[in-house]
Amino acid sequence: MSSVRVEKLYKRFGHVEAVKGISFEVKEGEFVVLLGPSGCGKTTTLRCIAGLEHPDGGKIYFDDEDVTSLSPAARNIAFVFQLYALYPHLTAYDNIAFPLRAEGLPKPEIQRRVHEVVQLLQIEDILHLKPRKLTSGQKQRVALARAIVRRPRVFLLDEPLSNIDAKLREVTRAELKKLQRSLRATTIYVTHDQVEAMTMADKIVVMNFGDIQQIGSPHEVYHYPANLFVARFIGSPGMNFIPGNVEEREGQLGVTVDGKYFLPLLEEQQAALRRLPFSVHQVILGVRPENILVVGEGEGLLDGEVYVFEPLGVQNVVTFRILGHLVKALLPGDMVFQMGERVGLKFREIRVFHAETEKLIA
Amino acid sequence: MARLAIEKLTKRFGRITAISELSLEAESGTITVLLGPTGAGKTTTLRCVAGLERPDSGTIRIGDRVVNDLPPKDRDVAFVFQNFSLYPRYTVFENIASPLRIRSIPKEEIERRVREVARFLHIDHLLDRRPIHISGGEMQRVAIARALVRNPQLFLLDEPLTNLDAKIREEMRTELKRLQGETGATFLYATPDQAEALSMGDRIVVIRQGHVVQVGTPQEIYHYPRNVFVADFVGSPGMNFVPALFEGEKQLNVGPGYFIFELPEEAASVCRKALKHPEVIFGIRPEDIFLTAQEEKGLYPARVDVVEPLGVIQIVRLRLNGHVLRVRSEEGARFEGGERVFFGFRKEKVRIFDRFTEERVF
Repeated sequence: MSSVRVEKLYKRFGHVEAVKGISFEVKEGEFVVLLGPSGCGKTTTLRCIAGLEHPDGGKIYFDDEDVTSLSPAARNIAFVFQLYALYPHLTAYDNIAFPLRAEGLPKPEIQRRVHEVVQLLQIEDILHLKPRKLTSGQKQRVALARAIVRRPRVFLLDEPLSNIDAKLREVTRAELKKLQRSLRATTIYVTHDQVEAMTMADKIVVMNFGDIQQIGSPHEVYHYPANLFVARFIGSPGMNFIPGNVEEREGQLGVTVDGKYFLPLLEEQQAALRRLPFSVHQVILGVRPENILVVGEGEGLLDGEVYVFEPLGVQNVVTFRILGHLVKALLPGDMVFQMGERVGLKFREIRVFHAETEKLIA
Repeated sequence: MARLAIEKLTKRFGRITAISELSLEAESGTITVLLGPTGAGKTTTLRCVAGLERPDSGTIRIGDRVVNDLPPKDRDVAFVFQNFSLYPRYTVFENIASPLRIRSIPKEEIERRVREVARFLHIDHLLDRRPIHISGGEMQRVAIARALVRNPQLFLLDEPLTNLDAKIREEMRTELKRLQGETGATFLYATPDQAEALSMGDRIVVIRQGHVVQVGTPQEIYHYPRNVFVADFVGSPGMNFVPALFEGEKQLNVGPGYFIFELPEEAASVCRKALKHPEVIFGIRPEDIFLTAQEEKGLYPARVDVVEPLGVIQIVRLRLNGHVLRVRSEEGARFEGGERVFFGFRKEKVRIFDRFTEERVF
């Protein structure tokens, strides 16, 4: 397995700049997810790494080898679109052996290598079966075995789980993560699904409009989103935003909302604000739905009214109206609210974003 | 707004029975959700109610009228499809107004009603645009506005949010629920998405292979699923299941052979009466299991398979010999793949199913 380095990758289609000079690294054995909405440039980036698109600028390295001008075949990558695409008329064994036969390897070598991967994937006992006799889990393993057996330098996966139903997706997600860890396979995985990114990645590269918005661990992008886009995109429901103004009261920096409510900031956040080379007045407060607590009216930081109540079993999504702003809270499943009910709200873990640049400042 | 009552509806397509003696009611002014996997018969049911399919038997009542023999246009229902279509050459205004125009309603009245419904759905600023110039989420709002503008007896919504982005879907879920609450409309809403069903439904009708499996409030469906299918289908992840044997007066031998669980007296007494054989399935939801790294009396050992972070919570998958237990735990607790841990569960949350019928016993 190789490491991958993408340097100032640039790709345009006609007038459209699909990828605008992005750089990132994937360490050997690392699972990196390219995450973003459709049209953000993630698939184009992956296709450039695979050699299926030729970049207009920038370099791609596998280990220290510049592969930018190599053909897809010469890069020795495994590109998996869908974990189900098997040849229906071939047995599992023949499906797995297929790429080795295409390379013209001698028969004993093929047998040895197929044997090695099927052991790893625990599918020794289904090798004689054709795809239609296999369960969907087994099919995935066969498809993976076929990708692994070639000993590629890098695995590239393009939304492999997007066409399967929710329950199976959840199981496959966990299986795939486990396999990747045990194979120590360098993996670049493209998805628009933030849950897949959070649950599987060592490192997430969040993209939008052809640019990288943030690179970080799932923990970092979740708790310290670099900007409003990332904050909104990660989490379900995403982060809530309320515009406010930075003010000092009794020596403490805090944020006022509509001139009515004052929300004090943590010491380190105050320090971060004071350290800024410019003074910031208008900001946007960010608070995750799971960091909103309900108390009696007048007992919290601010008051709100129940706008919509949506039970979700283990927890409920409650939308509150605070003056002119709507915020969503994730609350325990046993707390039930009526529309119009008035309550007090407390926030923990507030994030402060610059109102104009939309970047995280504290 | 009217109540809908379906009695013993059957619809076959050739040799395939799409729905079989299906009965359900949708109370006036409420949201009734038809929840089931693809192919369960949701769309066929809606199409029969709309008059787009002719049932082979059964009756459909809207208000006091049996509508079986009425053509679609006389049933006074509005249908919102998953693959909504707008007239590309019309503006948003004209699209919304189209169902009113064919009913020869005076121009001022049309103008008033279109603007009112557009304001309600936050698309009043788009009225002069053509569909090609608005986003997918906005298009779906226009499609809903077009249904709503007529003020029909009944709304039939067939997966109206399925094709939308996750973020817009979340927003629209809240909006639609709010809209229904404020207008007092009657919704029959079909979806394969259990989160959507729980969050929107006043009542949920779970269907599978053309049959009603369970009818209940979101709370009932979630906490007291009728059988293994519902328990697995509802919740994300769904309920955990491990085969077990009911032994002696009140013991559950889970695995069998992994651990012995002593049932609370109430559960034991129900099991003694209801079971004709000892084979059962032990069921517990992921949020009702707790984990610790230290051995404690009363806890059971297991090995961590994979950890999936999800922001403030994480899903920890435990391997228990051949079975997997998914545990929903707080992010603060650190667990790693391969680690030996100990788990316990909230005893009152244990559910017991008959292993042969898969029906819930307790």
